[in-house]
Parts: sequence; C-alpha cells; structure tokens
Amino acid sequence: MLKQIEGSQAIAEAIGLCRPEVICAYPITPQTHIVEGLGQMVDRGEISPCEFINVESEFAALSVAIGASAAGARSYTATASQGLLFMAEAVYNASGLGLPIVMTIGNRAIGAPINIWNDHQDSLSMRDSGWIQLYAETNQEAADLHIQAFRLAEELSVPVMVCVDGFILTHAYERVDIPAQEQVDAYLPPFEPRQLLDPIHPVTIGAMVGPEAFMEVRYLAHYKQMQALGLIPELAEAFQEQFGRDSGGLIKPYRSEDADTIVVALGSVNGTIKDVVDELREAGMSIGSLAICTYRPFPHKAVRNALEHAKRIVVVEKSLALGIGGIVATDVQMAVAGLHKPVHTVVAGLGGRPITRDSLRKLFHRADAGHLERLEFLDLKHDVVHEEIARMEAGRRSGPIAENILHSVGTVASQIR
Amino acid sequence: METTIKFYQTDTFTVGNRLLSEAERSVQAGMQRTNALNSGHRACQGCGEALGARFAVDAAMRAAGNDLIACNATGCLEVFSTPYPESSWQLPWIHSLFGNTAAVATGVAAAQRVKGTKTRVLAQGGDGGTTDIGFGCLSGMFERNDDVLYICYDNEAYMNTGVQRSSATPPAARTATTVPVGQHPNGNVFGKGKSVPLIAMAHEIPYVATASVADLRDLEAKVTKAMSIHGARYIHIHVPCPLGWGADPAHTIKLARLAIESGLFPVFEAEHGEITGHRAIREQVPVEDYLKLQKRFAHLFRNPKQVEVIAQLQAIADRNIRRFKLLEKRGAAV
Ligand SMILES: Cc1ncc(C[n+]2csc(CCOP(=O)(O)OP(=O)(O)O)c2C)c(N)n1
Ligand code: SF4
Ligand SMILES: [Mg+2]
Repeated sequence: MLKQIEGSQAIAEAIGLCRPEVICAYPITPQTHIVEGLGQMVDRGEISPCEFINVESEFAALSVAIGASAAGARSYTATASQGLLFMAEAVYNASGLGLPIVMTIGNRAIGAPINIWNDHQDSLSMRDSGWIQLYAETNQEAADLHIQAFRLAEELSVPVMVCVDGFILTHAYERVDIPAQEQVDAYLPPFEPRQLLDPIHPVTIGAMVGPEAFMEVRYLAHYKQMQALGLIPELAEAFQEQFGRDSGGLIKPYRSEDADTIVVALGSVNGTIKDVVDELREAGMSIGSLAICTYRPFPHKAVRNALEHAKRIVVVEKSLALGIGGIVATDVQMAVAGLHKPVHTVVAGLGGRPITRDSLRKLFHRADAGHLERLEFLDLKHDVVHEEIARMEAGRRSGPIAENILHSVGTVASQIR
Repeated sequence: METTIKFYQTDTFTVGNRLLSEAERSVQAGMQRTNALNSGHRACQGCGEALGARFAVDAAMRAAGNDLIACNATGCLEVFSTPYPESSWQLPWIHSLFGNTAAVATGVAAAQRVKGTKTRVLAQGGDGGTTDIGFGCLSGMFERNDDVLYICYDNEAYMNTGVQRSSATPPAARTATTVPVGQHPNGNVFGKGKSVPLIAMAHEIPYVATASVADLRDLEAKVTKAMSIHGARYIHIHVPCPLGWGADPAHTIKLARLAIESGLFPVFEAEHGEITGHRAIREQVPVEDYLKLQKRFAHLFRNPKQVEVIAQLQAIADRNIRRFKLLEKRGAAV
C-alpha cells in the first residue's frame, strides 16, 4: 500500500511485517522513531506474539537480542552512533556466535565533538565485525532491505545491519510502498535456527576456543560472508519477483557503462549524485555513478566490473579514517587494483554537513578536468582550519578546538546554498 | 510426615541423608540428580565455585523438571567447564560476554514467553562479572523483574585473570592489585566495596538470598525456593577459592563455614526488599580463626601482628551479627 510516511515509520512497519518476536531498544537520536513505532505496534497487538523490552543500555539491547536469538526467537534492535560503539563488544559477539539478528543503524556521526547528525563513521567502525552491512538509498529501499535482511540473516545464520542515513532518511517523509502481510509471509519463511538452546537437545554455545580451532571458526565466518555475495543478488531478485521492485543487491550502477568519471558512494547521497550526473550528462560530461548497497561483504568483483572502463574514480564518502583518509575508498582501490586508475577520496558531509548539488557539480567538473587531489574534503572551511592552526602555534594553552572553532564560525548553524 | 529432628553431625552442618525420608534428601544425594555440571572439568582442586555451581544447577534442574537454560558470564566457571572441544554442561548453556549475562538471560526468557514454553532461565557469573562489569545489566534485569534466577559465585576477586581485586574483595585482602606494600601496607583498603545482595533488595525483587558452600542443603533449599517464584531472583553464594585465597584445598568447606560463623559472610533471605530469614550462628568464632588459614591475609599476622586491622575486620563481623541478628535463633533459613 502506498503511504506518505516518515522513513522511521516505514521501517518500523516493514519490520513489523517480518513478525519479529523479541525487540529490544535503547533510545538514541536518530533511531528513536523506529523503535517508538515498533513499541506502539507491539502494544496495539499488531505485532504478536512479540516481546518489546526497554533496556538500560545499547550493550544490554544487543545482549538481550543475543539471548533471544540463541533461544530461537527472531530478534531485532536498532541504534546509532555512540550507541553502536557502546554495544561494540556484543556486536562482535553476535556475529562470532553466528546469531541472525537484524539491527537498524540510523547513521550518525561519532563524538567528540558530540553531534547528532548524519555521517557513516558509526557503522563503518564496525565494518570488520562480521555483520553484513546494507546501505539504503531511499526510504523505500530502507523498508525493503529490512525484509531482505531477515531472510539473509536467517539463511546464513549471520547478523545483518541495515544502515539508514539519520534524519536524511529516518526523519524524511516520502512515498513508500508498504507491502501486504501475505507478500512478506510468502517471501520470509519462519525462523528455523541452526543452533538452539533447547532443553531436549542441550548444546553448549559460546565455549572457549583456543589456537587449535579459532582460525577455523573465524574462517567460517568469512566463508559465510563470501556466501552472502552470492545470496544477496538472489534474494534481491526473489524480492523483485514477489514485490515487483528493484531493491537491494550488491551495487547499483547509474549511467556508468561508458562514463569516464564514475562517482562511488554509500546511502542516500546517491540520490543527489544521480541528479548531478543527469545534469552534467545533459551538458555533455562523460560521468556516471555507482551506489554500493552491500558494503560487507565487499563486492570486489562487481565493483571492479562496474569501474573497469572508467578513466577515474571519485569516492564520495561520509567517513574519515584519521591518519590515512578514506575508508570506502580503500576498499574501492583494492577492487580496481592493477587497473592503474586514479581513485580520488572525497570526504564529505561529516557530522551532517549538507552535500549540495552545487558543491558536487563543482567537484565533478574539477574531476572531469583531472584536477582532483588524491584526498579532498568537500566544503571544508579552510580559513577556519588555518585560523585554529595559527592559534595552536601561537601558544601552549590554546584551549578546546571545538569551542574555538564555534567562536570563529559564529552562530550560523548551517549554510545551505 | 514432618521430620522435626535435625540430623547435623557434630561440628559440621552436614546432614546425614540416610536418616531422612527420600523426599527430604538433598538433590545431590538422589540418583536423579542431573550432574548438569559434569565431572571432568578443569577447576582447581577444592574449588568452591565448582562445588557451589554443581549443587545450585542440579537443584535448579530438579525444580525445573530439567527444563532449564543456563547463561554464563566469562570467568573461572565458564573457562574451566568448556575447554574446547569439551563441555561439562548437560543442559543448554550459553556464554556470551563477561558483562552481559543478565541481559542475555533476559533475552532467553523473552524468547520462552513468546514461544509459550515453560522453560526456566538461570544466569550465573563470578563476583567480578556480577558486582562490577555486569552490574548495569544485572540492575536492569532486576528493575524489569525479568523471569531469571541470577546466581553469583562470590570468590571475592577476579580469579580467572589471576586474582585481582573486585568490589567484592574484603578489606585487608591481598590480591594481585592490592598487594600489601607501600601506601597500603594492609592490602585492600577499608571502606570500599559493595553488597550486591543488599542492592538487589533495594530493587524490591521477589527473592534475594545469600548462601554458602558450607551449607549445601541450605543452598539447595534456596535455589529450590527461588525456582518456585517467578520474576527476578538473586542468590549470592560464597565460594572459597584455594588458589586465590592461598588456602589448602582441603579447607574450602571449613573456610566457608568460618566465614559464616565469624559473621563475615551473613547468610540471609529477603522477599520484596525485606529480610525474611537468616541462618543463625550457634557460636560466634573470632575472625582470626578464618583469616589465619589464608595466605591473602598472611601480612596481618607477620611481625608485628596487625592487631588493629584484625580488630577492624572483627568490627565488620560484629556489625553483620547485629545488623542481620545472626545470633538470634529465630528465622533460621531451612
Ligand atoms: C570486557 C572484558 N573485560 C575483561 C575480561 C577479562 N576477564 C575474564 S574473566 C575475568 C575475571 C572473572 O572474575 P569473576 O567474575 O569474579 O569470576 P571468577 O573467575 O573469579 O570466578 C576477567 C577480568 C573480559 N573477558 N572481558
Ligand atoms: S582459581 Fe579459584 S575459582 Fe578458579 S577454578 Fe581455581 S579454585 Fe576455582
Ligand atoms: Mg571472582
């Protein structure tokens, strides 16, 4: 059914249709509306049987999901930013135990300085944790990916993170087609656990494993990720058959087959990028884009095939690996290794700084002219940075950087052109 | 038929099982006991934690009709019971992390409610996993009154990592991080630490009890009682650790008993935040009798003997005796 609906509500409804049995949550912006929605659906009996548990921390939220999943219940939680880091130990534990939990990440920056706005630093910090990571471009895709996520998680017995841009998607009202219960039931079979805490057939889950077998356990976790590379396109195809929509999959190339410049990105910014690509195509530029929907496992082959013909690759990413540069770009570089193509990292939109069409247009013109540096920071206020560097050089007690910078920027919270 | 006679053997709390009717015999004495924590595990000789866990889990198994799932925190109990590829556990058992056991148990219990099963849930951890790192999750589980019995095996330090101080380590004890040197010549300082049984009571959960491997029938009875109740329940079991305490493995039960009889470890029960019973001490023994059997207190007896420090410990014991009315016969548990 078509609805004009907030992203979080659409996600909550999609999760509800997946018949989750245990939902646990701890509030953090911008995830709150999703779990509030779910809580109300459980209270109204629209999701039943289901236990909604208000816990005392994110660490507990995921831990409750771990216990519930090991006991055979379809389990869900959601978090963002500081919350994801707070549960980090349990994040690795859930995947190490092979428990098919689904978790939404309402992508948000990580402090300090504390910041509630969108970037991808939170989920990317967990990229090696053994969770599958899917990134939604639109709210329709966000809703759809959750339905695919439960099936994917349960088929492989691997946890899945669905990453949804905070505010940009979670708080945006868009038209979303919410499927019917029968459709979801036909797509998503009941949860059949591979391992179960069952008094009739007792098993030990989470035993200590030493050097004699740890490598093998870890290898098998990697093996499952490799299996996911094959399964994700199949599930997306099956999804299309059932729901008549193209959602998910590994990657989404856009006007890139013959493009000299291909722009690579995760998540909702692909919408803006495609608009600019259209504009520049019309003006005669040879440019296209590539959205990476599945970031873990990283679809090296698919990315390489999609980028093979490009003259240059521009990775626009909402994350920064301090001391090296791009996170996504590093993986893209590996995918095109040996092809001798310049891969430019453009760090953009950190802490919710708007990534505007205007800025992207200028960026792509410079890329087209071959003027991009290896590492760039989109719309970085160089004057502000230089001012602070000068302050630090002038004396020892230069004070907290964030405070100083806020002073020089003034009260203008955002300057969207 | 009620048996009113008590069958304690001289100087011990060991009950002559054969003198009791079948129904009154201990779980461990019965052929039906599950050996849920089976033999062959790697605990040290004389490990109080292994003993306490065996009695507690078997009693819980019997009370649950063997329909029980156990969650375990990281720690000695987890490590000595599951060296890959072996497991001592004869019941469904999960170890997730050091600090999240109560929350994992909440999840397991939630799954049972959703599935409509009658399966009961047990969570267990050491004092470190309970009173320190797992305390947030534990308090959350209490506050929500989740249907979990949580058992803490208190050996008064982080044993699995090599005997470091926890918030359950008694004052004056030597641990690897409270070595009696320099600024703290008397080991672990006074005036710190916490009583999680009392904090559990402050949550007003249906059942809180302390127990000891010195009185295994009392321990079994408390587990059985806890299992007859639904909601959040907490049992704190005192389990001497020969390795960490520097004690003779043959003295495990003796030490546990001296801890009770000196008043250092009060044994009591509480329901909904109110104390409902205690285990009476027949004759208070001086704390010295308890302390001098353990190398972790050896620095108190070296020349010169730390008379004042020992007096401070005696004062703690005396206060417990007043506070929990341990010399009053009335209200003895079991
Ligand atoms: C997050 C985390 N911090 C520290 C450890 C290291 N660690 C493992 S077991 C343990 C000690 C356990 O002490 P306690 O809970 O008292 O149980 P015991 O071994 O004494 O029975 C520690 C510190 C860990 N596994 N995880
Ligand atoms: S160190 Fe202590 S608690 Fe750990 S197994 Fe040995 S005796 Fe038991
Ligand atoms: Mg301990």
